Amino acid sequence: MDLLEYQGKQLFAKHGVPVPAGAPAKTVEEAVAAADEVGYPCVVKAQVLVGGRGKAGGIKVAKDRQDAEEHARAILGMDIKGFTVHELYVERASDIDEEYYAAFVFDRSAKKPVAMLSRMGGMEVEAIVDEDPDAMVRVHVDPLIGFQGFHGRRLAFQAGIAADTIGPVGSLLAKLYETFTQEDAMLVEVNPLLVTPSSSPAATGGPGKREVVALDAKVTIDDNALYRHPDIAELQSGAAEDPQELMARERGLTYVKLDGNVGILGNGAGLVMSTLDVVAQAGGQPANFLDAGGGSKSDAITSAVEVILSNPKVTAVLFNIFGGITRCDEVANGLIEAFAQINPGVPFVVRLDGTNDKEGRELLARADLPNVHTESTMLGAAERVVQLAGGSSGSSGATA
Amino acid sequence: MAVLVDTDTKLCVSGITGREGSFHALNNQRYGTQVVSGVTPGKGGHDVEGIPVFDTFHEAVAETDANTAMVFVPPRFAADSILEAEDAGIDLIIAITEGIPAHDEMRVYNHMARGGSRLVGPNCPGILSPGKASVGIIPASFFREGNVGVVSRSGTLTYQIGNELADRGFGNSSIVGIGGDPVPGSSFIDIIELFEADPQTELIVLSGEIGGDAEEQAADYIAENVTKPVVAYIAGFTAPPGKTMGHAGAIVSGSAGTAVAKADALEAKGVRVGRTPTAVADIAMEIIGK
Repeated sequence: MDLLEYQGKQLFAKHGVPVPAGAPAKTVEEAVAAADEVGYPCVVKAQVLVGGRGKAGGIKVAKDRQDAEEHARAILGMDIKGFTVHELYVERASDIDEEYYAAFVFDRSAKKPVAMLSRMGGMEVEAIVDEDPDAMVRVHVDPLIGFQGFHGRRLAFQAGIAADTIGPVGSLLAKLYETFTQEDAMLVEVNPLLVTPSSSPAATGGPGKREVVALDAKVTIDDNALYRHPDIAELQSGAAEDPQELMARERGLTYVKLDGNVGILGNGAGLVMSTLDVVAQAGGQPANFLDAGGGSKSDAITSAVEVILSNPKVTAVLFNIFGGITRCDEVANGLIEAFAQINPGVPFVVRLDGTNDKEGRELLARADLPNVHTESTMLGAAERVVQLAGGSSGSSGATA
Repeated sequence: MAVLVDTDTKLCVSGITGREGSFHALNNQRYGTQVVSGVTPGKGGHDVEGIPVFDTFHEAVAETDANTAMVFVPPRFAADSILEAEDAGIDLIIAITEGIPAHDEMRVYNHMARGGSRLVGPNCPGILSPGKASVGIIPASFFREGNVGVVSRSGTLTYQIGNELADRGFGNSSIVGIGGDPVPGSSFIDIIELFEADPQTELIVLSGEIGGDAEEQAADYIAENVTKPVVAYIAGFTAPPGKTMGHAGAIVSGSAGTAVAKADALEAKGVRVGRTPTAVADIAMEIIGK
């Protein structure tokens, strides 16, 4: 689950990672009130799960209340790369001296968290690192000992950050690691990690120190761990979700919408992915990925049929089941029940193998559903459904 | 011979008193696996159709000499159960549980990497050595004994490929599901190493999918260390970048981890890649068919 910037920053603040003062807002009025509270100048920021918000005009500085109101009005409802802005974050404006980059990511290859630090943060960090990989320093952390002081020092000295920031960056990284592990994150990214200019001499008479602040937050939480974080699970993620995907999620199905016209249902992610590939190779275009899951009961199957058919582009549907935990008779009953509730109006091709496959096939034969065809192999079923779906461009192989 | 599970396997099932746990434990027993005990905290002293249940793995090992564990408990208890089995001295732990938090998996993996036990899974269908033993949820009746070793990240896709091979008369030495999670206890390489050393195995089938770089690592390993023929399959050529398709492991970002990149990496090292499960069986036929 991806979090919005302000949601990530709230987690940062909870673990002591320094962030500028700010408040979220859903309306122009709330935004103005938030601006009054954090003080001027402030920044009005679109809260969407996509990069390039600044370039798209979704981040504006307000020097006074009138500015804040104008910017809030302009940004709310704005479309940024297909994401509609429903929420704003109004934040105290920060002076920028330097921009670093810091992150903890789950490294699948090493099976450990990896800490990353660069003194070349900001919007162009990816391009900079592409050109000069050494600009990004990486250090793996053994999850059994956690983030230690030496990790921070290695990163800081190797990245060549300014001497006066080594202490504060190290301490920020330790708190960021705490956020990463305690919140079950797959990613915590701070770009830019801001170094403020020295403040004017403080009351004590000495020159003010430069401070290190997280100016942005990109946080992804492990969906499998949401049961440990009920407050995060309740957050509105603001993900651009399409109506079928939303419907599927409410019903506990794993569904991804694609561009084609062949509806697909299978059990097990690997088999479903393979089914999409085989349909594409047979010249068809899959309309969706739908994994009904292991041990699918008949009501889950009925529900899945409704989700698939709610996409108006679907002109034929393929069921490809190899039962292990899943019982083919349950799948057949689910399909029969779906036909009793709705009139699909499109042809179905059904391939059942595995646990209780004979019973499943017999149930289907007895029910004699209109326009439902059974096939005995995966390849045969894919070819049949592509033929029945019609209207395909005949493209083969991979699509982006 | 076979790999990992065979007639010497003495299985203890964690979560044996649960609905799924008891169903599959008994299924494994009917197949011929020695299911010697189960563990459910608080149910010690009971039995499941004659299989004794203990409160802890330590008791189960002491009383029944279990050498293999199958973990069937819900995700929030699974990491604990795996670590308990390891602490009790179980050699091989097979975790079926789906949905274990990634940080738990990471801690378990890094702990076990230091010890003597082997973990297969989590989020895997288990291991079947046809004619000898079945541990897990693989529908065993579809497979018979033979010379093809299968290692796969996906459950149902494994059955599909196994079935295509069976249709052409092939049997299997062992079928090993390593699971689709981001931190599998055993990698392709770990299992391929076992198949290479197993005299019964004459051909190795590797079934991968998008996400991560386990297939690319396996390609390098095969080129350096494997003398037996390997045929590969990769699922997810039509997966759109950036979307997760069910398995937490199957996340594509950028070019790395795509099906094309994986197939290219394998082919560059001389491993033939079937573009459909049927094509995998066709290639197997060409290589060792009679």
